[in-house]
Parts: sequence; C-alpha cells; structure tokens
Amino acid sequence: MPGYIEIRNLQKKFGSFTALHGIDLDIAEGEVVCVIGPSGSGKSTLIRCINLLEPFEPTSRITVGGTTVERGHNLEKVRADVGMVFQSFNLFPHLTVLRNVMLAPMRVRGTSPEAAEKRARELLARVGIGEQADKYPGKLSGGQQQRVAIARALAMDPKVMLFDEPTSALDPEMVGEVLDVMKSLAGTGVTMVVVTHEMGFARQVADRVIFMDGGRIIESGTPAQIFDTPQEERTRNFLGAVLNH
Amino acid sequence: MEIFDTFFNVPVLIRTFPLLMQGLWVTLQIGVVSIVAGLVLGLALALVRLYGPFWVQLLARAYINFMRSIPLLVLLIIIYYALPFVGIRLSPFLSAVSALSLVSAAYTAEIFRAGIEAIPRGQFEASSALGLSYRHMMVDVILPQAIRIVIPPLTNNCINVMKDTALASVVAMPDLLKQATQAQALAANPSPLIGAAIIYVAFLLPLVAAVSKLERSYAKADR
Repeated sequence: MPGYIEIRNLQKKFGSFTALHGIDLDIAEGEVVCVIGPSGSGKSTLIRCINLLEPFEPTSRITVGGTTVERGHNLEKVRADVGMVFQSFNLFPHLTVLRNVMLAPMRVRGTSPEAAEKRARELLARVGIGEQADKYPGKLSGGQQQRVAIARALAMDPKVMLFDEPTSALDPEMVGEVLDVMKSLAGTGVTMVVVTHEMGFARQVADRVIFMDGGRIIESGTPAQIFDTPQEERTRNFLGAVLNH
Repeated sequence: MEIFDTFFNVPVLIRTFPLLMQGLWVTLQIGVVSIVAGLVLGLALALVRLYGPFWVQLLARAYINFMRSIPLLVLLIIIYYALPFVGIRLSPFLSAVSALSLVSAAYTAEIFRAGIEAIPRGQFEASSALGLSYRHMMVDVILPQAIRIVIPPLTNNCINVMKDTALASVVAMPDLLKQATQAQALAANPSPLIGAAIIYVAFLLPLVAAVSKLERSYAKADR
C-alpha cells in the first residue's frame, strides 16, 4: 500500500544524543496508527518530525501527501493539512474558545469570518462544548480544553491528525471524554497518528500499533498481534509493565 | 513665617512660572523623543538578542550590560564633553537625547526579551502546527500576550526616563530643573525649585498610579 505519509531513514539528534535511529514508516490514507513505548523512546519526537516541529537530519526524508516536509514555503501548506493536538493543549489564552477555532482558517485559508464562525460552532458542538464557545480557555476544564484543541485542529480540515499524548496531562475522569472524541474521529477518513499510553484505546481503535524503544521501531502490527502475541522481548516487557498493575 | 517666604513664596512662584513652563516644554521634548527612540532601538535589540546570529547576540548582550552598568550622568558627560575631542560635536539637546535613549534602549530590550520569553513554547508550536506564518504568529498570538506582560515595566521605564531628563541641566539644556535653578538664582529664593518639584510630581504621579492599576488588574485576571 503506498504511504500517504512516507518516512525514510528518519534520524534525529539532540547534541550527542540520538533520539531516532533511522526510522522507516509508511502510513496509508485514513489509517489510524497508535505509537506506544516507554518514556524517552522517541515516539513524541517521531510525530513532531512529521510537521517539522523538530528539525531532523538532512539525509532523512518525510513526505506527506507527496509534499516533502522541509523548510520553505511548502512547510506552511504541509502544516495546514496536518493538525496537531498537544499534551498541554496549547490553546491561545487571550482568545475565546470560538476565536481559537476560527483563527487559523481565517489567516491561513482566507476563510471569511462568517464561514469560519459557522464551521467553528459546528465543530465545537461536535466535540460537545458548543455552549462554551464564548468563554476563555482558562475557564474550561482540562478535558474541555483538549476537546477545543481538537476542534481547532479540525477547523483546518486536515488530512492528517497528530496526537502527542493527548490525555497524559488530564485528570483521570476526563480522559474518557477526550478519547471518545478521538474514537468518533477514527474512521472518518482522516489519517491519525496517536502517541499514547492508553492501551485500551490503542487496542480498540488502532488499525496498526507501533512499539518503539530507544529511538527504534521494535515491532509493529495489528492490535491483536502486538497485545496478544508480541514477538519481541522488549515489547513483552513493556506490555507486562503497563498492563499488569 | 520664614519657611513659607523661603520655599513657598507665592509672588516668586507666580513671577517665575512662565520660565518653569518653558522648562517643562523642553523636558517633555527630551523625554518623549528619548522614550520613543529607546522603544524602537530596544525592540530591535531584543529581537537581535533573541533571534540574531550568535556573535550579534553576544554584541547585543555586551551593549545591554554595559549601558545598564554605566551611570547616566557619566555617559552624558562623556557624550557632551569628551566626544568633541574625536570630532563628534552634539548639541545639548542631542547629547541628552542620545544618552537617555542609549540607556533606555538597554532596559527596554531586557523588558521586551523577558516579555517574549515569558510566552510558553507551546504557543509558538501550536501556531506553527496550524500553518500560521511567522507574521501571523507574532501579530495574532505572541505579541498580544507579550504586550500585556511588558506594559507595566515599560511604563516604569518611561517614568525613569522622564525623571532622568533632569540630568540634561548638566549640559546646559534649559529643561525644567535648569530653568528652576536659574529662576532660583534670579529671585534669590528657592521657591522655583519647589515649583519644579510639584510640576514633576504632577506629571509623573498619574503614570505611577496607572502602573499600579494595570498590575492590580492583571493580577486579578490571572486568578
């Protein structure tokens, strides 16, 4: 299957520390991929390279929908088509929830304020916070803020959604509401790459699960393959540690 | 009452009032020009200090540290009395404005830098991830948040510059303090000095109050 996202020999160094040791990965259009692994395994770094929030080695190559990810005027186009949801939400605190969602379509796509507002209200209703549209992000709970962040990313009609540990900063009772929104998103045709510690979500929603450790992809396969019959020792150890406690 | 005749002599105050007003006008000119020049130079310095090539950053830092260490009066005397020896002859007005803006720029640069650095990295990343251009990121996301942070310390700096304009009297600039001391000599009575003090305070007190009010309302908004 040809990759919508193609990652070739992805290497990333922080000074003398090598975070990614030449990753090769293809992700098909509409596929939902969950990336799991211990802290420091490079999984966040991997998805942050896809929209070049992290610069990578010049010998590495990433394309998204045929467009090479590199500095230059292509970059804003790639980023406009690749939504991202962060662990710490990163909503704009000086703008209302509605304005947070409207900003990028107006500035990047040139959408009219009326159309942007209509779309923003639809999306906010879809993630279940339509009635909070005129509040400032600081007044919302973490779960609500993260759903706004998802709506903000969706407002650009992205082809790809990157989730960087979207529930790790949330109180436990709010994890479910965010995962529910993400579940409803899977299967709508948008390609999703999700870095997560939520094994239940990965098993239930992912088309493919990738296990990373030490800056390498150790194993990848269907949720059943990874969770029920892991082939690698390190995968078994990791799953043993996170699932049996 | 000797004290009133000496320090609050109303006829003297009335007589010298026009002189003091001329001085105030000069003080305001020096102050406003220095503040504006300091702001522009300071913002440029802050951006260079944050985003310039490495050695330019070093130069900017050296400049900022030097200007914050040197007493303003010393700098003013060097500019007015020493520079002519190397062929640079500035008028009293330009000398005063140069000294004030060079120093103000250093402080302003640090204020702007702190303001921009106080914006969490996630704000830059979220803007980039949405595809916003550098300009839109700065104009719509970063600067509106930074401005809110820098306005109180910038206003404080403006107050300091306005007060420091009094040093211009050293280079024979007919500013408010210089006019007051001259009026004092003419009238053989120190009341004009008290008059000048009252005028300084009347101008700067509202600014000081504005800073406190801003800081209080920001503190409230953050809760």
